[in-house]
Amino acid sequence: MQEISIKVEEKLYQNRYMVDEGRPHISVKPHTQPTEALASLVKICPAGCYSRTETGQVEVAPDGCLECGTCRIVCAATGDIEWNYPRGGYGILFKFG
Amino acid sequence: MSETFDAIVIGAGPSGNACAYVLAKSGLNVLQIERGEYSGSKNVQGAILYADALERIIPDFRDDAPLERHIVEQRMWILDDKAHVGGHYRSDAFNEERPNRYTIIRAQFDKWFNRKVREAGALVVCETTVTELIKDGKGKVIGVRTDREDGEVYADVVVMADGVNALVASRSGIKKEVAPETVALAVKEMHFLPQDVIESRFNIGEEEGVVIEVAGSVTVGMVGTAFLYTNKESIAIGIGCLVSDFAEAQVRPAFLLEKFKNHPSIKPLIAGSEVKEYAAHLIPEGGLPAVPQLYGDGWMIVGDAAQFVNAVHREGSNLAMTSGRLAAETIIEAKKAGKPMVASVLAAYKKALDDSFVIKDLHKYRRLPKVLHHNKHFFTDYPRLLSQAAETMLRVDGEDKRSKEKKVTKAFRSTRRLGGLLGDVFNLARAFR
Repeated sequence: MQEISIKVEEKLYQNRYMVDEGRPHISVKPHTQPTEALASLVKICPAGCYSRTETGQVEVAPDGCLECGTCRIVCAATGDIEWNYPRGGYGILFKFG
Repeated sequence: MSETFDAIVIGAGPSGNACAYVLAKSGLNVLQIERGEYSGSKNVQGAILYADALERIIPDFRDDAPLERHIVEQRMWILDDKAHVGGHYRSDAFNEERPNRYTIIRAQFDKWFNRKVREAGALVVCETTVTELIKDGKGKVIGVRTDREDGEVYADVVVMADGVNALVASRSGIKKEVAPETVALAVKEMHFLPQDVIESRFNIGEEEGVVIEVAGSVTVGMVGTAFLYTNKESIAIGIGCLVSDFAEAQVRPAFLLEKFKNHPSIKPLIAGSEVKEYAAHLIPEGGLPAVPQLYGDGWMIVGDAAQFVNAVHREGSNLAMTSGRLAAETIIEAKKAGKPMVASVLAAYKKALDDSFVIKDLHKYRRLPKVLHHNKHFFTDYPRLLSQAAETMLRVDGEDKRSKEKKVTKAFRSTRRLGGLLGDVFNLARAFR
């Protein structure tokens, strides 16, 4: 397979957001070892909001969230994350959709 | 707000706008609640508009709706890493006075549709997220709670048009949570190019558009499809696969989109374009088995929230608009007859859906999601075999044609064996019957 380098952050720069400062709409519940479902989000979140800490936990920075709900559905059974829509008016603002 | 509305519609996408418009047009007192800054700001689609579904709601929509191009050509491509095989259908018959399908840009189109809803007399409140349903002592839905201060509003009936995640219904316990194998995650980019460049690249006239639907090795073995749609001055390009497959294969969605954009059959079509947006959205793919209970005491579900997508024909917005309209018509009938908005009365909505193309089409393809889920080789082996077969037969290299045919047959038989090939034919034929 041809190597393709991509930076999701660069893609997100093109988007418009109204960030609700200090009120993230997604949070990861405290854990020592992430479940398989939670760990998978590091790769499959289309906005790259999830990452691993040095000590192996999964954390989320939902500022660039596209509000698709993938993480919510993948972790519904395990209950690893708390997910809500941003408050009305906040979050992604699609120019084209 | 202490007043009680005839109906509350949650969400302002195609199903919510259709429902609120029809309700308001009939004179009912309607409140529509949208969490985005405006209708469309949270919505994502390819996007194709199916004229028929909208015509039944707003017959003269062509007068002022923001439409991009009417579609005159459909390309269906099966990709392996280097090639595409496929079929094209292009017809001048699609250049008609009232074209059948258009490309649209959802943020603009939804804004227009929602303006029509307001003009019809509905009260539209944006930047407000509905958090849950309010029920009375007997469990009948009587209103909604929002994230606004004192944000409780009441109505005779609540229509949930809140999209694929259907949070309101699942958090109120009237619908099961969406399962990862019943939704696809699609990522999409908007690529801008001058209008004349698009028209010469796709061999089309000023208003004409092309749709390319793609399956094959671009989804790296996952169940999914990709697409490329021509707008007036932009190209929408995207790819989607089942969420369960993404989770299992651990593929980065943005990587998948990049791989598709770099495919030799796609790359020249978008060369030199400027990307202005990157979006992601879920698409219901579970078909009929994933459709939830659609009505109850004081509530109804429409559109993506009800999983109304025909995954085979890539139709969704028309099912959404039609379900929104049918829900509204059910409410209007009940009001006229002075009946309460209880399950036994709202059941007419389900009956109307059953009699429409919405449920009929979902019923026709009810077996397909399972067949594809258990036969991943449709997305891997067959694209490769088809491409190899075409290349073998087209390359002129001194080998006789019968030997070439034998080579092709042997490749199919050694990959899938005779039993496998027959089984595939049977399963697919049955799933499409």
